[in-house]
Amino acid sequence: MKNTENIIEIKNISKSFGDKRILNDVSISVKRGEFLTLLGPSGCGKTTLLRILAGFGTADSGEILINGKDITDMPPHERPVNTVFQRYALFPHLDVYENIAFGLKLQKVPTDEIDRRVRRVLKMVSMTDYEDRDVDSLSGGQQQRVAIARAIVNEPKVLLLDEPLSALDLKMRKDMQIELKEMHRKLGITFIYVTHDQEEALTLSDTIVVFDDGNIQQIGTPTDIYNEPQNSFVADFIGESNILNGRMIKDRLVEFAGHEFECVDEGFGEDVDVDVVVRPEDIYIMNRLEGAQFTAKVKSCTFKGVHYEMFVDTDKGYELMIQDYNAFEPESEVGLIIRPADIQVMHKERTCNTFDAEIISEDRVKFLNTEWECKPQTKFAAGEKVKVEVKFSKVELIDHPEEGTLAGEVHFLLYKGDHYHLTIRTEDRDDIWVDTNDIWDKGDLVGINIAPKDIKIIKCDE
Amino acid sequence: MKRFFAQFYIWLLLIVLYAPIVFIAVFSFTESKVLGNWTGFSTRLYSNLFTGEMHGGGSLMSAIQNTLVIALIAATVSTILGTIAAIGIHNMKGRGKQAITFLNNIPMLNPDIITGVSLFLLFVFLHVSQGYVTVVLAHITFCTPYVVLSVLPKLTQMNPNIYEAALDLGATPFTALRKVLLPLLKPGMISGFILAFTMSLDDFAVTFFTRGTMGLDTLSTYIYTDARKGGLTPELRPMITIMFLGILILLIIINLRKARAARNAA
Amino acid sequence: MNKRSTWALPYVIFLVLFVALPLILIMVYAFQDGNGHFTFGNFAKFFTDTDAIETFALSLEVAIENTALCILLGYPAAWILANKNLNRSAVTIVLFIMPMWINALMRTLATAELFHMLGMQLGKGTLIIGMVYDYLPFMIYPIYNILEKMDKSYSEAASDLGATPWQVFWKVQVPLSMPGVISGVMMVFMPTVSTFAISEFLTNNKIKLFGTIIQENINSGMWNYGAALSLVMLVIIGITSLLQDNKKDVNEGRV
Repeated sequence: MKNTENIIEIKNISKSFGDKRILNDVSISVKRGEFLTLLGPSGCGKTTLLRILAGFGTADSGEILINGKDITDMPPHERPVNTVFQRYALFPHLDVYENIAFGLKLQKVPTDEIDRRVRRVLKMVSMTDYEDRDVDSLSGGQQQRVAIARAIVNEPKVLLLDEPLSALDLKMRKDMQIELKEMHRKLGITFIYVTHDQEEALTLSDTIVVFDDGNIQQIGTPTDIYNEPQNSFVADFIGESNILNGRMIKDRLVEFAGHEFECVDEGFGEDVDVDVVVRPEDIYIMNRLEGAQFTAKVKSCTFKGVHYEMFVDTDKGYELMIQDYNAFEPESEVGLIIRPADIQVMHKERTCNTFDAEIISEDRVKFLNTEWECKPQTKFAAGEKVKVEVKFSKVELIDHPEEGTLAGEVHFLLYKGDHYHLTIRTEDRDDIWVDTNDIWDKGDLVGINIAPKDIKIIKCDE
Repeated sequence: MKRFFAQFYIWLLLIVLYAPIVFIAVFSFTESKVLGNWTGFSTRLYSNLFTGEMHGGGSLMSAIQNTLVIALIAATVSTILGTIAAIGIHNMKGRGKQAITFLNNIPMLNPDIITGVSLFLLFVFLHVSQGYVTVVLAHITFCTPYVVLSVLPKLTQMNPNIYEAALDLGATPFTALRKVLLPLLKPGMISGFILAFTMSLDDFAVTFFTRGTMGLDTLSTYIYTDARKGGLTPELRPMITIMFLGILILLIIINLRKARAARNAA
Repeated sequence: MNKRSTWALPYVIFLVLFVALPLILIMVYAFQDGNGHFTFGNFAKFFTDTDAIETFALSLEVAIENTALCILLGYPAAWILANKNLNRSAVTIVLFIMPMWINALMRTLATAELFHMLGMQLGKGTLIIGMVYDYLPFMIYPIYNILEKMDKSYSEAASDLGATPWQVFWKVQVPLSMPGVISGVMMVFMPTVSTFAISEFLTNNKIKLFGTIIQENINSGMWNYGAALSLVMLVIIGITSLLQDNKKDVNEGRV
């Protein structure tokens, strides 16, 4: 039976450029009239997906349905979608009116109807008196409006917007956000919006799809995504957050930052390692020490316009970010309280590095396309396929890539209160996770070493 | 003071540089067969040029005609060939693009004499009898690279989404080409055409080697033969004067328009 | 979209037929005798012919002298033209560019006639002066272009750091304008070394340059020897163009 509630079905789309995987088995259903945002850092695949929807790119596999009809191989000019491009792509040789009328003229719409429709959309984007203007003479915001008008005048079933506000200044961006939202309500059509700006996504969307590395990280309403991030990437990417290693002691009781806290999460089991997210505005800070769950010393305090942003060192040596309307002097002792409902507990995506490996000899094992020295063992014979486990904290990073057993690049980093959790990507595009106290930057080239005693070899099916 | 010396140097250089042309222009208003011999003011040479009754018969007239026709054909074909090629090259990648860019540069880097000799050998090798057609082909060869190089920057400067925007709004690839791509490439095509046209007008060496032995003359080869005979056809004097003035006016118009465009943009 | 790369195909065929094949033919003919047999004879003939060698040397000498004179006269002119304090009128720039658009033979002819009327003895002297006449604009234009586009803040930064105007000129402006000088050299040296008709006009056929010898051989049916001489010239051109790795500048000068 045809699903009439969903206007677009994106099914198992994958796409690679060379050996680089841009989209990895992506499936999304878009409801009729929905404002859906594809959110993620640059290079995460969101724009590629939008281009596949518009027909400018082809997927390696998977299919796209609009209104139940397969449009995977339909050329762009036949698709019932229109696009607002990142840098507008207005035709410089045509004036405002001609730009907007371009699509209608191609459809051979009668002149008087073109005239009526162009005037209507010009009014809608508040550009009524600009029809004879040269597009190059318009400001960024005005060009933006014309680009939107040019797309919606064709009454597409779906409007695709590729970071349409990224070229505007902050004030203009805020105004346009409100206008876009209003336009979406008036038109009643489906918007698919691509952005890397999490605030924009939270403001505009009915549904947000968070992307990273070609994979969907989470799909949900803005509130869901903000309050209940499903993994540390989402927690880190959306808004400011404190992400810490924690341990679920039992239902409704979690330990992190050296203290036990009551929480509202259940069903994780007992004594299970978890990640804990606490938003900086959810930590109550006060001068009184009695009655506090734990104490800390203020390290820095910066005025941010509406609130103050403070970094504190807790009594157990963790660094936390706190936002509050009141300022607290650096060096002062403060008391902290976190309410159970403000603690978001997440399953750990991983607890240690696990690699497929092959035994080379008694004291050598091969994984990540590299031979490593390991503790002499006799349990496994040469050539046997095994697995290898390495604790995050046992991977050693050095400055010079050529001096490591393996070279890699810092791909992602996460501060977890008392250490950094890094994702190191090797030249073969494998990932190794590392806990370290050293400070690295994204994009640093590093050498990777692992001490023989820290390479734990286990049987394949354990 | 510094400004005075600077201007003095500039104008001195210009006076010396333009002396020959001014000299020719002055003596275009006298009938004397020998330059430098003023025999009274006359516009006879000018009227001769337009009626075609001149020393040496109509061969100067036909040389002028040939020059213009060849330049027009060569520039038109080069503009079409070069524009299509530029669109193709713009969409190419890697080795192929490098190879074709390299080949495209050769006619511009090669001295005219090498281009001329090499094309002469080609036509000999292919047993093509040389004349009008071979001259036109040769001119297309050295003109097209300039068109390619005039159109390519327009393609690279263009917002890559422009073409896609046209498709997105319902244009077929052909309509998108006609209604969006070509209008945007037009300035590059026009400057390529003008460049090709003047290159062709200017050419001597390549024409010289590829015109064959059937007596085909362009203005350049006519002047060459004429000068080797030891005398300058008097009608060349008004000819040079008119071309000089024509180009001067053209350049001033172009520069005024450029200046105005720059002011408008600012 | 990628299918559009096939649009280059007609031009690729054209380039192979009219650019690559002719150059290959020069090489083929250069290593053949009149009967189509392989030989080094054409080159042996050139290197043992003192007249040819002398002409070759003279061509190089004239080209180098002409290029040097063009830099000497043209650089200051370009510098003045590009300096907004010293030159405010666009007309002078147009006047310097214009000769580039006029048929070179016509200009040369006019120059030769002027020399003639002034009673100057046509010879090596008039040859070099005439060539400077012909090629000076081709030196001035690329240098002017690069000086004009040069960011003024380089010079300002140098003065700020204590450079005198003279030091600013030598240590900042001259090095930064070198690409313009190099394209100027390409646009002057290459045509001068390969010229043929111009030298005949300017010396009343008294002095032959290398180009003239190539032309005479080709016109008198000695294609193989002519091809060999052309190949020698191609080598010279190849060596000169190594001077410049960015070939695009050559074209900018002309546009």
